[in-house]
Amino acid sequence: MSQPVLKIENLHVAIEGKEIVKGFNLEIHGGEIHAIMGPNGTGKSTLASALMGHPKYEITEGKVTFLGQDLLEMEVDERARAGMFLAMQYPSEIAGVTNSDFLRTAINARRGEGNEIPLMKFIKKLDEKMALLDMGEEFATRYLNEGFSGGEKKRNEILQLMMLEPKLAILDEIDSGLDIDALKVVAKGVNAMRSPEFSCLIITHYQRLLNYITPDKVHVMMQGRIVTSGGPELAERLEAEGYDGLKKELGIEEEEGTVEQEA
Amino acid sequence: MATEMKDLHYDTSYLESFSGRRGEPDWFLDLRKKGLELAQTLPLPKPEKTRIIGWNFTQFEHELPTRTVDAVADLPESVRSLIGQGEQSGNLLVLHNGSTAYAALSEDLKAKGVIFTDLATALRDYGDLVKKYYFSKAAKLDAHKLTALNAALVNSGLFLYVPKNVDIEVPLQAVFWLDHDNGGLINHVIIATEANSSVTYVENYLSTTNSGQAVANIITEVYVGENARVQFGGVEYLSSDVTTFINRRGYVGRDGNLQWALGQMNDGDLITETYSELAGDGSSVDTKAVSIGRGTQKQNFVNRIKHYGKNSTSNMLIHGVQREEAQAIFNGITKIEHGASKSDGEQTQRVLMLSSKARGDANPILLIDEDDVVAGHAASVGRIDPIQLYYLMSRGIPKNEAERLIIHGFLEPVVSQLPIEGVKEQLAAVIEGKVQ
Repeated sequence: MSQPVLKIENLHVAIEGKEIVKGFNLEIHGGEIHAIMGPNGTGKSTLASALMGHPKYEITEGKVTFLGQDLLEMEVDERARAGMFLAMQYPSEIAGVTNSDFLRTAINARRGEGNEIPLMKFIKKLDEKMALLDMGEEFATRYLNEGFSGGEKKRNEILQLMMLEPKLAILDEIDSGLDIDALKVVAKGVNAMRSPEFSCLIITHYQRLLNYITPDKVHVMMQGRIVTSGGPELAERLEAEGYDGLKKELGIEEEEGTVEQEA
Repeated sequence: MATEMKDLHYDTSYLESFSGRRGEPDWFLDLRKKGLELAQTLPLPKPEKTRIIGWNFTQFEHELPTRTVDAVADLPESVRSLIGQGEQSGNLLVLHNGSTAYAALSEDLKAKGVIFTDLATALRDYGDLVKKYYFSKAAKLDAHKLTALNAALVNSGLFLYVPKNVDIEVPLQAVFWLDHDNGGLINHVIIATEANSSVTYVENYLSTTNSGQAVANIITEVYVGENARVQFGGVEYLSSDVTTFINRRGYVGRDGNLQWALGQMNDGDLITETYSELAGDGSSVDTKAVSIGRGTQKQNFVNRIKHYGKNSTSNMLIHGVQREEAQAIFNGITKIEHGASKSDGEQTQRVLMLSSKARGDANPILLIDEDDVVAGHAASVGRIDPIQLYYLMSRGIPKNEAERLIIHGFLEPVVSQLPIEGVKEQLAAVIEGKVQ
């Protein structure tokens, strides 16, 4: 695989004038699963949101290439149609729009006018994916995320992932607030997507999810950039020692007033 | 001073002639004359923050040409598409310029004593029954100039009567179709239900007029008997050349329940009030209304509920979309009178602004004269949430499509409540047209 699916070069991201991501570099190739771990406030969610094009975040420097295209030149919806997906930490609630209408609209946006997905095919696929994720039938007709518990929202993000079949899925702390059973279901969904055409960037605070989705590479993010990378064993080490051990080893001082991330 | 009115073209002798030709009872002609007299002296209503001086409520043609059809299939597409299918189509009244163009009522309902007919026919065949309800408790003839005008010149209407203990499971549908430039649709609807009965009624107002200035003056009285249930659905989309006054009023008896689901999609200037009086103990009302303002139309919406009965409950959900240079005022008034203990009155009004030149004011008002009650209100005016937009766009949905989804979602509370598919689809199509 010559060309990486995603190439991030010296990315700097700020919010309200404050720089959070400070010179981030990463390459992801087709079929790879990468995990980014790190203490709270180091810019993990900021990175994810900025890649998707969240209006509050400002790219102050750097370049991002997605499937050979300049990502930063693209609008949010263009990035999505090009094959990027972000499973959000705090998904929005949209009253009055059913989950199934929304999914069908999103799928058809990708397929284009004149090539809409036939209804029966859509229903069949939706039923199949919902069953795999242990989601009851009523989720199709409930309004998008309205009144969903935290766990239900996360499951709904994975349902969207499975229905939209992106080339690159970024999972922003998909495991936070999930019990072990919900976690396993989420992992099942992601693992079902594995293929040379599918890459994944898992942002997580805890190592637990990585017991169920084995990453190819693990990176640690601190103070806005990657400070070290390794294989799955790096995650296990962090689980055992916490981040302090690593900080000492790398000579990293705690920064004043790290920012709490919110999508 | 809201007392100016352009001279009305109709006088007492005109009324006598009109009433005579229709074979109306004497008491009805007397009310017409009384209305005409009061219309000269009573002031126009004074909707808050909306200037209605100069709005045309009095210049219109009164006796309009009408026609009948033998079958629903003979109606024009714009009307036909509204009609329910299958079992939802057997109970229907289509009024063209005020007169019945098509009417159907199932034998089963007739046998049960249900009356569903245009007002003119009801006055001839069931005069005494109509008299019991017409401008009685729900609406007052002398409230202001426009109610008086309604009494004086009513040329269209409907009478729906449900005897006690009759439960009607299929919806009854009415279409009021104005099809004459400069026409006046002076309409009066009465729905009266006796104890323990239930009915679902859906009405549509549409106009196929183009130029000139038409007028719609509509008063609706809904009487909910003891322990009775009325589900009232209404979709209006009168064109921009129609100035509209529409006043819907419910009077709910002990343990009665009234539900309003209204899609107010007119394109002309509008003053409207939806009023419910919770007269009996244990009575309840649920009002859901959605509207869209566009162009330069001015609209004033009053949703008012008064609690008199103990243990009465009310809920109001009002969602309005304002675009281009439209202006609208939304007043939500919940009043709990002294003595209506253990009542619960809730209201929510939300206005979605789609342009910086549009105007939308939401005024929540709670007037509480009793201690042992619960009440709550919420009002918001705002733009489409950019984070919601971002969420939808992040799934590949283009921006204008995402906005469309959000707007339809915002108006969904009423669309989903309407029991007839044709009406639901038509409302969704009208919404689509008004937000383009």
